[in-house]
Amino acid sequence: MLLQLEPNPEMIKSERIYAEMGLSDSEFAMVEKILGRLPNYTETGLFSVMWSEHCSYKNSKPILKKFPITGEKVLQGPGEGAGIVDIGDNQAVVFKIESHNHPSAIEPYQGAATGVGGIIRDVFSMGARPIAMLNSLRFGELDNDRVKYLFKEVVAGIAGYGNCIGIPTVGGEVQFDPSYEGNPLVNAMCVGLINHEDIKKGQAHGVGNTVMYVGAKTGRDGIHGATFASEELSEDSDEKRPAVQVGDPFMEKLLLEACLELIQSDALVGIQDMGAAGLTSSSAEMASKAGSGIMMNLDLVPQRETGMTAYEMMLSESQERMLIVVKKGREQEIVDLFTKYDLEAVAVGEVTDDKNLTLYHQGQIVAQVPVDALAEDAPVYHKPSSEPQRFRDFQAMEPKVPAVTDYKETLLALLQQPTIASKEWVYDQYDYMVRTNTVIAPGSDAAVVRVRGTNKALAMTTDCNSRYLYLDPETGGKIAVAEAARNIICSGAEPLAITDCLNFGNPEKPEIFWQLEKAADGMSDACRTLSTPVIGGNVSLYNETNGEAVYPTPVVGMVGLVKDVKHITTQSFKNEGDFIYVVGEAKPEFGGSELQKLTEGEIFGRAPEIDLDVEQARQQQILAAIQAGLIKSAHDVAEGGLAVALSESLFGEKALGASVTVTGEAVTALFSETQSRFLISVSPENQAAFEATVKDAVQIGTVTNDATLRISSEETTLVEANVQELQTAWKGAIPCLLK
Amino acid sequence: MKFAVIVFPGSNCDVDMFHAIKDALGEEVEYVWHSADNLDEYDGILLPGGFSYGDYLRCGAIARFSNVMAEVVKAAEAGKPVLGVCNGFQILLEAGLLPGAMRRNDGLKFICRNVELQVANNETMFTTSYEANETITVPIAHGEGNYYCDEATLAELKENKQIVFTYAGTNPNGSLEDIAGITNKQGNVLGMMPHPERAVDELLGSTDGLKIFQSIVKNWRETHVVTA
Repeated sequence: MLLQLEPNPEMIKSERIYAEMGLSDSEFAMVEKILGRLPNYTETGLFSVMWSEHCSYKNSKPILKKFPITGEKVLQGPGEGAGIVDIGDNQAVVFKIESHNHPSAIEPYQGAATGVGGIIRDVFSMGARPIAMLNSLRFGELDNDRVKYLFKEVVAGIAGYGNCIGIPTVGGEVQFDPSYEGNPLVNAMCVGLINHEDIKKGQAHGVGNTVMYVGAKTGRDGIHGATFASEELSEDSDEKRPAVQVGDPFMEKLLLEACLELIQSDALVGIQDMGAAGLTSSSAEMASKAGSGIMMNLDLVPQRETGMTAYEMMLSESQERMLIVVKKGREQEIVDLFTKYDLEAVAVGEVTDDKNLTLYHQGQIVAQVPVDALAEDAPVYHKPSSEPQRFRDFQAMEPKVPAVTDYKETLLALLQQPTIASKEWVYDQYDYMVRTNTVIAPGSDAAVVRVRGTNKALAMTTDCNSRYLYLDPETGGKIAVAEAARNIICSGAEPLAITDCLNFGNPEKPEIFWQLEKAADGMSDACRTLSTPVIGGNVSLYNETNGEAVYPTPVVGMVGLVKDVKHITTQSFKNEGDFIYVVGEAKPEFGGSELQKLTEGEIFGRAPEIDLDVEQARQQQILAAIQAGLIKSAHDVAEGGLAVALSESLFGEKALGASVTVTGEAVTALFSETQSRFLISVSPENQAAFEATVKDAVQIGTVTNDATLRISSEETTLVEANVQELQTAWKGAIPCLLK
Repeated sequence: MKFAVIVFPGSNCDVDMFHAIKDALGEEVEYVWHSADNLDEYDGILLPGGFSYGDYLRCGAIARFSNVMAEVVKAAEAGKPVLGVCNGFQILLEAGLLPGAMRRNDGLKFICRNVELQVANNETMFTTSYEANETITVPIAHGEGNYYCDEATLAELKENKQIVFTYAGTNPNGSLEDIAGITNKQGNVLGMMPHPERAVDELLGSTDGLKIFQSIVKNWRETHVVTA
C-alpha cells in the first residue's frame, strides 16, 4: 500500500507549508491560537480553504455590508444557498448568481459547465425547482484564436450542462473588451420556484441526527479550487488545471429529482450543496448555522479513487454531491429514495453538541476544529482604498461628441459591434424552451417565464456595462442596477430583488478596493431607490492576468414579477401606424459609449449621469401604462443610443419600418447613451391616455410598413436604411468574427 | 384516451409532454417510470425528449435496454400509437422500432430554434388533422438530429410513405432528404426530432404541434367504439 507522507505540524510551520495553501503568516498564527496547538496537515487545509476569499469573503465583507438586504417580500436574504422572494399565492422565487471565472480561463468547457451545475445545486438545495438559467459572459475582443476558443467553449459548456439537465437557458448578456482577454468572466444565474412550506435550510440541527452523503463519489478533482479562485491568474495557472472540476449533468439531473422528492420527506432536517470547499464547507457551515457540531467518519465517504487521504477528501470539489442531515432512524427511507434514482446515500456521521468538526479516518481522529472558527471566524480585512488619478482625469474632461460623417454607416458599424450585435449564435445553442414555460425567449430586454397553473410570470435579466464602471464605479454601479430594472419594466414586470456577482481585480491594490467600495455604494443607492434589495450573490476577486485587472464588473441579476401574462411586452414594434415615443432627452454623453469605443478606439471621460429619482418615476409610469394596456412595445435605450434601439425594435417577425424625426445635435440624438431613456410604441387610440400616464414621453414618429428605418432631423434625412440590411449586419457580425 | 409518458433517467421533456396532453389536448395521461413492466392500460405511448442516461455511449443506446422497452415493443406490435420525440426518436431507432440512425448535426452544435416543417404525409394516424403538404412551425432542440439510413431503407421509406415530416426551410442538421420524422411500415410508430409538445400553446408562440396529438385521438376514437 502506498504510504501517504504528509508534513507534520512542526514542518507545516517551519517550512511555511500553510502559505502554499493560501494562508498568511498572521492567519496561521490565528489558527494556532484558536486551536491552542499547531494544526496538522488536514486541519491546515480546512482553514486555508474556509478562510479563502471565495468562502469567507474576508476582503469583501465590509463591502457587502453596504447593500440593502431586506424588504417586505424577502423571505431569505444572503447567507443561504440562494435568496428567496415572495411572489404571492404561497409561492416564492429563489435565485442566485455565481462566478466560475478562473476555472473557465483554464478549462473553458468544464469551467463553464460546472459553474452552471454549482448554481443549480444552490437553488435546489433550498427546496426549489430550478425553472430557468441565465448567464453573463465577458471575453477579450474576438480578434485572436485564444479568445475565440474561450468564447466557443464556454458557450458549449453552458449549453452542454444546461441542455442535458433540462433547465432552459433563457437569457443573459455577452460583452467583449480587451480587459477580459486573459481572464474571461463566466457568471451563471439560476432561478427556481418554491412553495413557502418547502423552503429548506442548510442547518445541522438535532444532536444524534444522521449526516448523510448523497450523489456522486468523491475524487481528487478540484482540490483547493476555492483557493485557486482567490488568487490572480498568471502564466503558471495552466498548471492548476487539476483544480478544475469535471461536470456530469446526467448525475445532477438524477440528484435534482431525488433531492426534490427528498424535500417532501419529514425525515429531512437540513440540506446543503457541496460546492466550493466541498465536504469541508458544507459540514462546517451546516453545523455552525445550527450551533451544533458534526462528527464524520471519512472511511464511509463514497470514493472514486483508492488511497485518498483525509485532506484530499475534505478539499475535493468533485461535483454533483450534497450533504444532508436526516432524523435518526429514518436513514433507510433516504437510501431507498436515492436508490430509485441509482444514486448513493450513505450515512457518514452525526450531529454533535460540541460545536466541533471532528473527522475520523482509518480509526483515528484526523482533525478536530471548532466549526465556528472555520465558518465564521475568518479574519475580516479592511483594505486600504485610494481614488486613482485616472478617475480624477476622467472627471475633469469636458464632454466630447465624437465626429461622425455618415450616420447610416455609423449605425451599421455599431450594429456590428460584438457587444451590440445579435447573440443568436450563442442562444441558438441553448435549449431555452424546455419545460415549455418560456414566453419571451432570449433576444428581448428580459426573458419571461410563466408560472404554470397561474396567471403570473417571472421576468429575468442580467446586466452590467463595465465601461461606465471603469470610468466611474459609483455611477456605473447605479446604472447597472437601473438598467436591469429598465429591462424588467420593459417586459411588463415589477422588479423584485437582485442577486449580484462582484467581479473585480485584486482587492489588495488600493485602487481596486476603491472601485469595489464605490461600485457597491452606487448599487446600494439604486437598490434602495428602486426597491430591489440584494438577496444574495457572490464575490469574485483577483480577476487579473499578469497584474492587469478586468474592468470592474458587478453583474446584476434581477427578477421581476409579471402579475398577469397579458402584461408581457417585448421590444418589437407591432403594427403599422403605431406612434413611436421616446421617454427622456438625449444629452451629449459619450463617455464609455459604443460610439466612443468605435470612433476613438478607447473609452475616456465621464460616464453618463443618472438621477435615480427620475429613473424610478419613469419606470413606474411605464409599468403603469403597460399594466393599463396602453403600450405595444417597450425597449430601453442603451448601448448605441436611440438609432440602435430603433433598429432593434424593427428586428421582429414583421417587416415593419419606422419614420422618426429627432431634434437637436444629430450625433447626440442618434447615438448618445444618456440614461433613463425608453423607446415605446403606442396604438393611436391610446395616445391621450399614454401621454397622461408617462409624463416625459415625446412622440417622434410612427411605425411604417415599408421595412425602412428613416430618421430625419428638422432639416434633413440623417439615416435611411433598409431594415433587412441593418438586420443582416447585426445578425452576421458574431458568426463572421468567429470564422 | 389514456397516454403514458415514459420517464427514463435523464428524460427532461416528460413534463412538457405530460402538460401538452393534459392541458392542451385534455386527455388522460400518466408518467410511467422506466422500470415499469406493463403498459396494457395505456392507449398511446409517448417517449419524451431529453438526455436519457446522459446520452452516454450513444443517444438512446442505454435507454433501449430499459425494462419498459419490451412493453413499448409490445404496444407497437399491438398497433397502439407510439410517438418518440427527439431523444424518444433516438431510442426508437436504437430499439429497432424505426429504421436508420442519428448522427451529430452538420454544424456539430446543439441547435434550439423554431423551424418550418412540411407535412409530407397527412394520411398517418398522427397527421390526419393536417392539410396535405401543410407547412407548420415547430421548435427543434437537439445536437444529434442528422438522420441517416442506407439507400435500400430510404427507397423503402419513400415507397411506404413513411417520411412524414421534412424540413421546409434550411435543413438545420443535415439529415438525409431533409427528413424530420418517419413512421414504421405499419404507420403506428412515429419518431420525430422537432418537438410538437412545445407548440401547443399560443402564449408560447405556436400551436402547430397540437394537431399531431389531436390526430392520434381522432383516429383512436374512430377505431374504438365507445360502449356506454
